Amino acid sequence: MADSEHNEPRLDPVTGYKTTGHDWDGIEELNHPLPRWWLWIFYACIAWSVVYWFIFPAWPLVWSATGGLIGWNSRTAVDQEVAALETNRGPMIDRLTSTEIAAIKDDPELLDFTRAYGSIAFKENCAPCHGAGGGGSKGYPNLIDDDWLWGGSIDNIGHTIAYGVRNDNADSRYSEMPAFGRDGLLSGAEIREVVYYVRSLAELPVPSSADLTAGAEIYARDCASCHGEAGTGDQELGAPNLTDAIWLYGSDTADMIATVTNARNSSMPAWGERLDPTTVKALTFYVHNLGGGD
Amino acid sequence: MTVPAQIDPADDSGQSFYEKHKKIYPQSVHGTFRRIKWIVLIVTLGIYYFTPFIRWDRGPGAPDQAVLIDLPARRFYFFFIEIWPQEIYYLTGLLILAALVLFLMNAVAGRVWCGYLCPQTVWTDLFLLIERWTEGDRRERMHNDAGKLTPQLAARKTLKHFLWLMTAWWTGGAWVLYFSDAPTLVHDLATLQAPFIAYLWIGILTFTTYALAGHMREQVCLYMCPWPRIQAALTDEYALNVTYRLDRGEPRMSAKKATAALARGEPAGDCVDCHQCVAVCPTGVDIREGPNLGCIQCGLCIDACDTVMERLDRPTRLIAYDTDINIGERLAGKSTMARIVRPRTLLYSALILIVGAVMAWSLSARSISSVNVIHDRNPEYVVLSDGGIRNAYTVRILNKRTTPRTFAISVDGLTDPVVEVTAANPADGEQIVPVGADQTREVRVIVSVPEPPAAASVPVTFVVTDTADGETATVTDNFRGPGDGT
Repeated sequence: MADSEHNEPRLDPVTGYKTTGHDWDGIEELNHPLPRWWLWIFYACIAWSVVYWFIFPAWPLVWSATGGLIGWNSRTAVDQEVAALETNRGPMIDRLTSTEIAAIKDDPELLDFTRAYGSIAFKENCAPCHGAGGGGSKGYPNLIDDDWLWGGSIDNIGHTIAYGVRNDNADSRYSEMPAFGRDGLLSGAEIREVVYYVRSLAELPVPSSADLTAGAEIYARDCASCHGEAGTGDQELGAPNLTDAIWLYGSDTADMIATVTNARNSSMPAWGERLDPTTVKALTFYVHNLGGGD
Repeated sequence: MTVPAQIDPADDSGQSFYEKHKKIYPQSVHGTFRRIKWIVLIVTLGIYYFTPFIRWDRGPGAPDQAVLIDLPARRFYFFFIEIWPQEIYYLTGLLILAALVLFLMNAVAGRVWCGYLCPQTVWTDLFLLIERWTEGDRRERMHNDAGKLTPQLAARKTLKHFLWLMTAWWTGGAWVLYFSDAPTLVHDLATLQAPFIAYLWIGILTFTTYALAGHMREQVCLYMCPWPRIQAALTDEYALNVTYRLDRGEPRMSAKKATAALARGEPAGDCVDCHQCVAVCPTGVDIREGPNLGCIQCGLCIDACDTVMERLDRPTRLIAYDTDINIGERLAGKSTMARIVRPRTLLYSALILIVGAVMAWSLSARSISSVNVIHDRNPEYVVLSDGGIRNAYTVRILNKRTTPRTFAISVDGLTDPVVEVTAANPADGEQIVPVGADQTREVRVIVSVPEPPAAASVPVTFVVTDTADGETATVTDNFRGPGDGT
């Protein structure tokens, strides 16, 4: 028998229904007819699809596509939505621009807006280095803790964000730790002695054989000018506190030897050159609120 | 293998794959079930059309409409209940209850929903009433449609469609009134000042009501509705269905022939084959053919048959709520009874009671403030310069009162915690958060301890206290740390 045959419809004696006459290897089909309006809806959909071709962008041409009669396309729709967003939040942006940063928290509506706006700006610009939640990682400062290299007051944070660290901007935060080992300022043994001494300042474990007196002498001569006599650091110079529990580049002896040998001197862009002052203000407020600042 | 085609050449119903719509002209009927259906129609449509105008005083600043879905403010008001988006599970509970009640109705008496309560049935009944009032009953309508369109008939048809559209318009109108203050919106609609979206929705619902109740009618039940398919799978053989009692009705014959047959000592059924059951049927089925997908079990054929039986002085309920099992029992000479109490109905009833009780309990026990906490995930904790541990949380406080309140936040479960709400104005050393009337407020809370806890995760409780009346709300979370037990 052929794959499909068309026979005369017959009455199925079991069900009392007629067949469609379609026959696939002896398998027949009972005819339960669809309502005719259903068919008309199907035709109406076909007719509508033709109308649709003309109303919306549809036919691909060589370099573009037909534009559609009403001129709608997804690109202009996005532009309109962005424009609508800017109109919509314009008054809040203006309010943020004209409000002193210290006064933001007294205006609950502006506070919620600034927090949300700063959060978005942070995720777009800062999260790649400092982490989505501001937790940082090795070499990238944690912004939630209570330790601030360049000061954790709202003004200091604002300056760091606007002008950055160790970049070409004239107002950039700037300091440079010498590469004591690489540049031959200290020998390997001296570096090891001074590292043991610094570990003792932070109450980190030190081998009993370590010569802390020699380390202290080297520290007083080469390090104290920036990190302070007691090792408590100096935020004016971005010199880290060496007595606390926070170590940006790690507190293993090997990490610390690497730091003294080669120095670290990482940098951060001047975001004031890339972002408008209102966004920098929102970011400053947001970062200050991550851990409450200093 | 093929049986020769036994097709009547005059019958083309089996020839096409598409069936032309056969118009159904349901006849008016009087009786018990018709009366029940009128009462259900008046009560349900009355509730639907007039509920938006019921007022309910909730105090200043809150809407005074008893039932209101306030989409812009994201609130649902139902008399004394106010549902927030966070409590959308009440809607889930309501849907579960509705499904269980539907299943129970189905287990007791089949398609009660379809025959009496479904909006499609109720509005179709209302539209049929208008049709009978303007164009006359079954015979007159059939006669008119078969004949020529006279100016008088055209006027009656125009009046019918006008009344249909007015009913449909008011159906859509009542719909939008649930979403905005009803008296204001009615005024705005009348003066053409209402928002476009209101007119759009009224237009959509006018069209659907007019099309579904006026023109589609039984086609909706036959081709569009999923419930008949699900219903057939959920029902069992003990569910009461509108049933033709063939044990009593067959062999059917006219009253005159039946008298003659009985005189001869031959069997004669009570069915006189008058086709009244078919004439009144809104979906055009013949109940005597047995269970039928098209039957919505509205019971109108019972009323029609009872009228005939009374006229013939025969017992009523030749068609009745019954089961095929009972028919078999009677044919076997046994007595029958309806088995409504069965494991299936008991199970559904128990589930309804349990879900209803849980919902009632949770509604009565819920507080007028509540608090949610999200722990910072990245990082989970930070080490402070003195070796202490700090965790950060986002705390959301809900004030369900219509007046502004202030809340104090504290944390239980830690040794010497320092709790700080960032960007807050601490008063008397307490962490105070003001929350506006009927609003939520999200704040960042930093919790620091001087000594790392011994465990990597310590359960903590956030306590939010109303500074005025001392009402508290609590939520638990964890305080994370390195867990090295130093």
